[in-house]
Amino acid sequence: MIRVIDYGVANLGSIRNMLRRVGVEADAISTREEVMSASKLILPGIGAFDHGMNALKSRGLDAAIKERVLKEKVSILGICLGAQLLTEGSAEGECAGLGLIAGRCEKLKEDIPNGVRVPHMGWKHLQRHRPSRLLEGLDDDARFYFVHSYHIVCESKDDAVATACHGSPFTAVVERDNVFGAQFHPEKSHRFGMRVLRNFVEL
Amino acid sequence: MLAARVIPCLLIEDGRLVKSVKFRNAKYIGDPINAVRIFNDKEVDELLFLDIGATRERREPDFALIADIASEAFMPFGYGGGVTTIEQVKRLFAIGVEKVVINTAAAHTPGLISEAASVAGSASIVASVDVRLTWRGKYEVCVAGGTRKVSSDPVTYARSLEARGAGEILLTAIHRDGTMQGYDLPLVEKVAAGVGVPVVAAGGAGDWSDFRAAVRHGASGVAAGSLFVYQGKHKAVLITYPQYAELQRLFDEDSLVS
Repeated sequence: MIRVIDYGVANLGSIRNMLRRVGVEADAISTREEVMSASKLILPGIGAFDHGMNALKSRGLDAAIKERVLKEKVSILGICLGAQLLTEGSAEGECAGLGLIAGRCEKLKEDIPNGVRVPHMGWKHLQRHRPSRLLEGLDDDARFYFVHSYHIVCESKDDAVATACHGSPFTAVVERDNVFGAQFHPEKSHRFGMRVLRNFVEL
Repeated sequence: MLAARVIPCLLIEDGRLVKSVKFRNAKYIGDPINAVRIFNDKEVDELLFLDIGATRERREPDFALIADIASEAFMPFGYGGGVTTIEQVKRLFAIGVEKVVINTAAAHTPGLISEAASVAGSASIVASVDVRLTWRGKYEVCVAGGTRKVSSDPVTYARSLEARGAGEILLTAIHRDGTMQGYDLPLVEKVAAGVGVPVVAAGGAGDWSDFRAAVRHGASGVAAGSLFVYQGKHKAVLITYPQYAELQRLFDEDSLVS
């Protein structure tokens, strides 16, 4: 059973609708117990790092997610802030992240004379650096919608499977074993994002 | 990526999809959710919804409808209409709106745009500037659905919104709205040259070549209503949108020419 974690920091409507399009009825869940019985987890999220982390903690979800993902190897897909929360922390806040991906989040660099503004907002193509299960079947024409001010910096290059460019390249997709993160919004990226969700569903 | 954003601009009144001519005679054309589904299929990169009744009726945004739109839309979308407080701005982002459009309130509550920009970032705050051409041939900026004049200089007005933190200007020529006679290109050129943020031209698109013309005059994006919802001389309601490859060709030719 695929479950989308609802911890009060995102509208889950379009994610669940898009999953429905690929034939999956995904529950929105917000308790420890529900995390513990999920077979796959999606962690969405928008907004500030600490706000997101505290929202997980106050519901007791952080420990449950870690246990499920690390010990029982349940696959998790973090989206946008949800992907950043998979790391060990962020320059945006004080809280420790879930620590499922080795690395931290840094602020995007602004370069206003050259039109590079933060937050980064818009559609981008990806550059793939390593084989990616999440991006399987997508060609170079695929475009994805981003809106973010921070980006993930992986400790191991092997975990950063694809980058996008905003002034300079930044990590757009992370993958390690059963842990997946997309900096973009698959649920706002048409059939390209739908393919990403389908890939996750079919893992 | 496309050289310019091409954005269907859809009007809502009483929860229904409508289309106006010169900001009047809003005609019923369908259901907003149904329109979102069609634009999903057409892989539109961005949508814009404006509730034209909210300010007039002094009511809040229809949050339930907007949340439904957010759930259905597989692309980012902006919302405008009746946004007067920072709480409403926050609530709109929380339910999944990517951009909030502020028009009338910008004239009455000068702090709203800056406050909204500090909460959400400038890139998510769009200032909408409605401009009419008077019978003397002068421009004036109007709010409240084109009914109240607030400035006689669109460039200065747009600059003041930019200074407060608007990340984008939606520039609508009231006198071209729904006419399908082309954008007011001199207006687009003036305002685009006068501000540093992207300007989205609206009002008058009747043909895809109008997009190219607006971009040549400095627009970073082009919005259209009638062109995407009507078909043919008799304005039969039919949602259309060019193929991505066609848009690419349209703007690529442009880069070759210029």
